[in-house]
Amino acid sequence: MTALFLVDDYTLRTVALGAVALGIVSGALGTFAVLRGQALLGDAISHAALPGVVLAYVLLGTKASLGLMIGAALTGFAATLVVSAVVRTTRVKDDAALGIALSVFFGIGLVLLTWVQRRPDASQAGLDRFLFGQAATVLRDDVETIAIVGALALVVVALLWKQLKLLAFDPEFGASLGLRMRATELALTALLVVAIVIGLQMVGAVLMSAMIVAPAAAARQWTNRLGVMTIVAAGVGALAGATGAVASSQVERLPTGPSIVLVATALVAVSFLFAPRGLALRAWRARRARSQLGTHVVLADLAALEQAHGGPGRAHPAATIAVMVEADATAALVALERDGLVLRDPEGNWALTDRGRSEVLRR
Amino acid sequence: MTQGQLEIQAIAVLAAVACALVGTFLVLRRQSLLSDAIGHSVLVGIAVAFLVTGTTTSPLLLVGAALTGVVTVALVQVVTGTRLVKEDAAIGLVFPALFSLGVIIVSRYADGVHLDTDAVLLGELAFAPFDRLEAWGWDFGPASLLVMGFVLVLDAAVIAILWKELKLSTFDPALALALGFAPVVLQYVLMTIVSVTAVGAFNAVGSILVVALMIAPPAAAYLLTDGLGRLVVLACAIGAASALAGYWLAFALDASIAGCIAACCGAAFALAWTLAPGRGLVAAARRRARQRLEFAQTMLAIHLANHEGRPEAAVESRVAHLGEHLRWDGDFASRVVRGAERRGLVVRNAEALALTERGRALAEEAVTG
Repeated sequence: MTALFLVDDYTLRTVALGAVALGIVSGALGTFAVLRGQALLGDAISHAALPGVVLAYVLLGTKASLGLMIGAALTGFAATLVVSAVVRTTRVKDDAALGIALSVFFGIGLVLLTWVQRRPDASQAGLDRFLFGQAATVLRDDVETIAIVGALALVVVALLWKQLKLLAFDPEFGASLGLRMRATELALTALLVVAIVIGLQMVGAVLMSAMIVAPAAAARQWTNRLGVMTIVAAGVGALAGATGAVASSQVERLPTGPSIVLVATALVAVSFLFAPRGLALRAWRARRARSQLGTHVVLADLAALEQAHGGPGRAHPAATIAVMVEADATAALVALERDGLVLRDPEGNWALTDRGRSEVLRR
Repeated sequence: MTQGQLEIQAIAVLAAVACALVGTFLVLRRQSLLSDAIGHSVLVGIAVAFLVTGTTTSPLLLVGAALTGVVTVALVQVVTGTRLVKEDAAIGLVFPALFSLGVIIVSRYADGVHLDTDAVLLGELAFAPFDRLEAWGWDFGPASLLVMGFVLVLDAAVIAILWKELKLSTFDPALALALGFAPVVLQYVLMTIVSVTAVGAFNAVGSILVVALMIAPPAAAYLLTDGLGRLVVLACAIGAASALAGYWLAFALDASIAGCIAACCGAAFALAWTLAPGRGLVAAARRRARQRLEFAQTMLAIHLANHEGRPEAAVESRVAHLGEHLRWDGDFASRVVRGAERRGLVVRNAEALALTERGRALAEEAVTG
């Protein structure tokens, strides 16, 4: 029933499609940002988009999303140039450069916005949806713009795949091959800007950076291959977009942007815990390594005991072994018995089997 | 100036100085973006405190927000500690999630109350004088002014008491650890006052401006001076000046005060960036030009020394010939020659140049090293 209702709801379908398209693009491009340690560049870009949105509105006199996106992209890109110029020419580090760019550009945007809002005509109303995002105001035209611009960005990623891969992992090697790494870097930044501006009116400036970081951070835990990671990140972005958009339409007063971001964060948490690189598997491996280490020690001690006292086949009480390993050895002995490396005699003493003896020699 | 204008400027200056004080340490410790993270995630603390107390004026809101700031930093360190992502990605994961929670709480439970996300992000300094603290029939002034004054005193006290410890752990964390200065404790103390400052200031000026005030003035000061003490003082002065300039800019443009102050912080940084003595862009460009000229003068001396006393010397030592031989255009060549004359490397006899003793020595030294 609900599913039918979902497909029929025109507004929801529009919003959900837009969110999915946005999630795919931001997830795929976020992969490169996260791998290159530029996760927060997205934050600077999305804040720096504000003055561009207002300027585009003033200069073009339109609120059509493509025009505003172009304005947003220009100032967002300008902010990244400022950041890299500051880092290159001063001793200010990149964190401070990012902070300055994002807050100052945003401040200028705020000045422009309040200035425009005081003009007599009221047509500027709704510009501030770029601040916080208002998915409900997204129209079919907007979704088409998002999908077309996003698809173009993905095509460029596919065309530049080799260069982008080298940029992410070994730019010096790329440069030595004669590839233009600086130009590739600018192209990647431009693509990141595109991914961000198409999402602004849906999730807003503050939360857009999460759409860059979260899907890529989740995808990183599942694979060590760039291609797989990009596809998984796009999938996580799409899933977060769809789930968040649907949840926000089903629950009253649940804003879309935050809802998408929380779903994305939940997917990150799941990946951190249960993915192949995740914490659960890591803890299990650590435990197994510890217990293996324990059995190795017990086996070696048994071999030493039988050499010192009574020769091969002589059994020793568990207490003696416990004194040697300075811990209770029963669990390790039982595990070794299961593997056929030691034997327990009727008195409860332990001895090496032939296999156990050769295992000690092998190690 | 009306009393309201004075009060707004006083709040702005107090906020700027308090932010610059703690911001200096953030910039030096390369943790600038924690101010951004804290500035956003305090929303959830304020929202939860509002749910508990039911008002937007309770001091508990400040406590709640400050706690959230510390929680934010702790979460970032937990996520970074898993080594699954780098620290910047950890920041980028934590604060949007907390901010989202805050937005959802506000829009579900605090709709219609004066607690909207715009106010948190953007602040509205212009209304600050209307929210006054009145008790026992006395008007103690705008609440924001008192809060900021308190925050500033707290920041100054903590930094003064822990000056030596903060200094060492900022510049040499390994030595600080070895000497038993507990860098982790210091980090949390610093982050607590950053949170309290962010909360106190965002109430008046919004969280984005908090980022501008915490980072841009210290970064500008960092380009102008060395020495932690001078840095802190200069950062506070730049912050205060930006606050005042921003206020009057906003007054002239009839635009957002917070936005104008942020723009002025940016302008202050841009000024330091271009004009800083020794380190600025202009100084660097002039240094490069001077080095180029000095290098060219050395080249000239070597050229003259090479041909000195030989038959071709009459041709090679002519100023007009330099363009051909050293590929200098006429203007540059005459600047090089004038400079070399002034330094006493060559003497000019009509069109012909001759090395002086000093010029010969320079050429000798440049060639043989």
